[in-house]
Amino acid sequence: MLRRWLLGTTTAAAIMLAPLAVMAEGKDIVVTYKDDIVTLDPAIGYDWVNWSMIKSLYSRLMDYEPGTATLVPSLAESFEVAPDGLTYTFKLRKGVKFSSGRDVVASDVKYSIERAVDPKTQGPGAGFFGAINGFEDLTGGKATGLAGIETPDDGTVVFKLSRPDATFLHVLAINFASVVPKEAVEAAGGDFGKKPVGSGTFVLKDWVIGQKLVFEKNPGYYIKDTPKIDGFTVEVGQEPLVALLRLQKGEVDIAGDGIPPAKFLEIKNSPDGAQMIVDGEQLHTGYVTLNTKVKPFDDLKVRQAVNHAINKDRIVRILNGRATPAKEVLPPLMPGYDSDYSGFAYDVAKAKSLLAEAGLADGFQTVLYATNTDPQPRIAQAIQQDLAAVGVKAEIRALAQGNVIAAGGTEGEAPMIWSGGMAWIADFPDPSNFYGPILGCAGAVQGGWNWSWYCNAELDKRATAADSMSDPAKSGDRVGAWKKIFTDAMNDAPWIPVTNERRVVAKSLRMGGENNIYIDPTRVINYDAIFVK
Amino acid sequence: MGILRSLSRQPAALFGLVIVVAVVVLALAAPLIAPFSPDDQMFDGLTLEGAPMPPGGQFLLGTDTLGRDLFSRMLFGARTSLIIGIVANGIAVSIGLFVGIVAGYLRGLPSSILMRFTDLMMAFPALLLAIVLAALLKPSLWIVAMVIALVNWVQVARIVYTETRGLVERDFIMAERSLGAGHGRILLLHILPHLVPTAIVWGTLGIATTVLLEATLSFLGIGVQPPQPSWGNIIFESQSYFQAAPWLVFFPGMVILLTALAFNLVGDALRDILDPTQRGRG
Amino acid sequence: MAFVLLRRLGQALLILLGVAAITFVLLYALPADPARMIAGRSATAQTVASIRHELGLDQPLIIQFWTYLSGLLYGDLGRSYAQKTEVWTLIVARLPATLILMAAGITVEVVLGVTFGTVAAVKRGGTVDRLVMMASFVGVSAPQFVVALLLLYVFAVTLGWFPMSGYGSFAHVVLPATTLGVLGAGWYARMVRSAMIDVLNQDYVRTARAKGLSSRRIIFRHALPNAILPIVAMIGIDIGQFMGGVVVVEAVYGWPGIGQLAWQAIQQVDIPIIMGVTLTSALAIVTGNLLADLIAPFIDPRIRTS
Repeated sequence: MLRRWLLGTTTAAAIMLAPLAVMAEGKDIVVTYKDDIVTLDPAIGYDWVNWSMIKSLYSRLMDYEPGTATLVPSLAESFEVAPDGLTYTFKLRKGVKFSSGRDVVASDVKYSIERAVDPKTQGPGAGFFGAINGFEDLTGGKATGLAGIETPDDGTVVFKLSRPDATFLHVLAINFASVVPKEAVEAAGGDFGKKPVGSGTFVLKDWVIGQKLVFEKNPGYYIKDTPKIDGFTVEVGQEPLVALLRLQKGEVDIAGDGIPPAKFLEIKNSPDGAQMIVDGEQLHTGYVTLNTKVKPFDDLKVRQAVNHAINKDRIVRILNGRATPAKEVLPPLMPGYDSDYSGFAYDVAKAKSLLAEAGLADGFQTVLYATNTDPQPRIAQAIQQDLAAVGVKAEIRALAQGNVIAAGGTEGEAPMIWSGGMAWIADFPDPSNFYGPILGCAGAVQGGWNWSWYCNAELDKRATAADSMSDPAKSGDRVGAWKKIFTDAMNDAPWIPVTNERRVVAKSLRMGGENNIYIDPTRVINYDAIFVK
Repeated sequence: MGILRSLSRQPAALFGLVIVVAVVVLALAAPLIAPFSPDDQMFDGLTLEGAPMPPGGQFLLGTDTLGRDLFSRMLFGARTSLIIGIVANGIAVSIGLFVGIVAGYLRGLPSSILMRFTDLMMAFPALLLAIVLAALLKPSLWIVAMVIALVNWVQVARIVYTETRGLVERDFIMAERSLGAGHGRILLLHILPHLVPTAIVWGTLGIATTVLLEATLSFLGIGVQPPQPSWGNIIFESQSYFQAAPWLVFFPGMVILLTALAFNLVGDALRDILDPTQRGRG
Repeated sequence: MAFVLLRRLGQALLILLGVAAITFVLLYALPADPARMIAGRSATAQTVASIRHELGLDQPLIIQFWTYLSGLLYGDLGRSYAQKTEVWTLIVARLPATLILMAAGITVEVVLGVTFGTVAAVKRGGTVDRLVMMASFVGVSAPQFVVALLLLYVFAVTLGWFPMSGYGSFAHVVLPATTLGVLGAGWYARMVRSAMIDVLNQDYVRTARAKGLSSRRIIFRHALPNAILPIVAMIGIDIGQFMGGVVVVEAVYGWPGIGQLAWQAIQQVDIPIIMGVTLTSALAIVTGNLLADLIAPFIDPRIRTS
């Protein structure tokens, strides 16, 4: 009797005391993140963590080939664009089902996009659909739907645009255009973000808030052999350092937050390191905005001077080499990037002489804003030191992200802002995405994101013209037009482009696939394409 | 200075006093002692791959992630901690004294309201409040000091209130009143002097709390603005290198501990000396 | 007795109301614009304005507060700005984790505190006593985040005895609870020590000892019980302290409690969540203090009439 009790309690104690080791088995993988997943509602989700999951939970009319920026029809079987570029007709694939069992029909597409634009949804993606007829009416509250989307039958969706939009196909591939079933959204009563229902490659099976999410593959997905894993579990609240150590032990397959700088060198130099580190470029530019409405940055010479003052190599070193110095607005992978453009080289003497020409030989005082999450304050301090070397005394304000954004959007408030942590990553791989909100006149308003308050009406006109070139045959010309727009903008020096950060993801040895599906330019992690070796 | 003599008789208090003096001296002498400027990001301060240097050679305690000398930064960090400690605590004790005295001296409704307000402030989750304020305002040395003061004055107020109430009941105060002495005179000449020991004790103990709170806020990234060094923000900036460069966490951590400990020991001993009725409490 | 309780409850309610009001005003007076944060970077001014209207942020502060309060009466804490989920759901999902941490931490504190306090009282004046007193000072003076990082590094990373982060088994609680417990044990140790010394000095104890009663019986049947009520009172206050103070420990150990929730919400200016967590913490503090105050008369009869 005693022996049995003893055995029982010892076993119980042993089980209790054993650390919970989730050993990743079979074709189910474990992914970790530090921050909790905010939402899986495609009309609302807009951070780089839930971006990949939403891409996989739902389907959209258009999508990209894995690891590339090449558009292909997805939910749509085929499509036609009218010669004037104002009408797009899509024919839907047949037999695609939501995870609730129902077929996906054209009215679902219309509903989903209207929902994304409707102010009641409070979604951040409404602006992308600006070209569709009826956009102003819906966002202004005068209508309840988008007149420009027609569904003549269950298998056809027709878009009528108010102006030609060369980015429209990209817009239909973006998360906000994901198709959702109306009855599920209404049944969830505002909690659709936690109870998603889609028609994508995966289905959400379980979500324990603050701890983990479990995704299982959708056996009926319309593309064969996709996805290649049976399911994935996302564990949240994991510190990157801890996640990495668990990865090395085999408990974790993908450390979503990447490798902390301190461990980077150690792992890079270890025998398995090369296979574990995925180091890829992203469509990212980190920059310092120079407020053209605040003295002395209203003077072109001053802006050029500070551009010459920054030692970008040193900053790259602080980032442990996980970035490359940037010389222009667009990142190298983006169409329209001008590899011949020389930009402003690091030249302290030139910086000083330009300041002298501007009448500020003794330098001046200013303020540099940054967010308060590491390593942004450190980079701000490095920039501060570089500026001090040419006589510019910058006071640093490291604030919560919301405050920096508010300061940037207030006229005359923030002379310089280091965009790190909030830097621009392209929503889709098209150069226009780098213009509108951050360099165009439309963004230079109260609450806008054009923190340089740079407004060049002539460039705006050229931008609109470039975006009207929706004819695919003209895409080469279009890219050329954008290239010139950006280099001309850069000559005005509204920014100091500093780095193009690379994303570093850590994956366990059993994970297979090319680097570009772990750092997919449009998906971040492409859950559809990764596989276990 | 009989107090000092009594202090030095207790070994723990003596230890604390020595450290307090040492910290103050080092902080005051920082510009003279520091081998480098605390803001100087030196090329030699990082290894070729960009990692901080360990203690040794020209860098007594090593360097931080931007190549700045840790020893120099810690010396200037002492200034930050002490300034905030004195300012924040000074404000906290002043507010606490004011509220406590007024509430204790006046009776009836005003007193009730003040004490209810004090209870209200006590119900705020202190750290959370400090974090919200520091994160959402524009942090600077003074904002951090204000936030800490706002969170710390309540304890002082409560104790001062109880003491003032006790004093007001005493005969000699009533005698003064019957002789026609004005309120101001009574408060200044009779009540306030009795509260000085309490103020000193809680002022000293408060510095320990303040040093810890400031370090915590800086650790969360919402303390003093860079590049001003604070023991807490040194650890904040070095977290990701904790394994590779543990000295960046260990040295500032030890110093925070020793300083808070020193002020706690001295404050506690002062309490024993100056106010025997409170001995052994807490 | 019942009347006193009722009056204290009434006061507690007023206090919570005050906390809600002050926090509300503070949060809405801040520079960051929640509507802007939600609308995201690609939104037009029109969309931002619409969102602001949807959230009722364009109404006067008083009206907004009134709406919030009316919601509170029905137990509705509003919806998170960023996640659109009900705040109540989020808090309830994370509260058990924080409560477990609190319970574990307090257990460690009490166990360590009582043990060492007893030893110090019995061996009063000796080296052990001094060491215990010094240790309790050190505990109170140590920066929580440094101790947390240290324990993590030594026991989880280097020695690998415990998991490094996460939630789910007994082993996960050990390090976070130890961090909290070790630092707070000092308060309990000193209080137990002084309570026991009070008893041990009494005449009747000396008489009992002269009559041959063993030390152990004296300690356990006379001295220790004297400390129980003060311990309970301290636990009451501790509950309140913990609610505000676990943010750091939860951050370092990745513990999925409401501290983490609050921290994320602060970064995103997710006001409903911040309000919800503040109110929950205030509720815990008020409850804890109420408990402590109710027990106080039983400890010291002099306090009975206030």
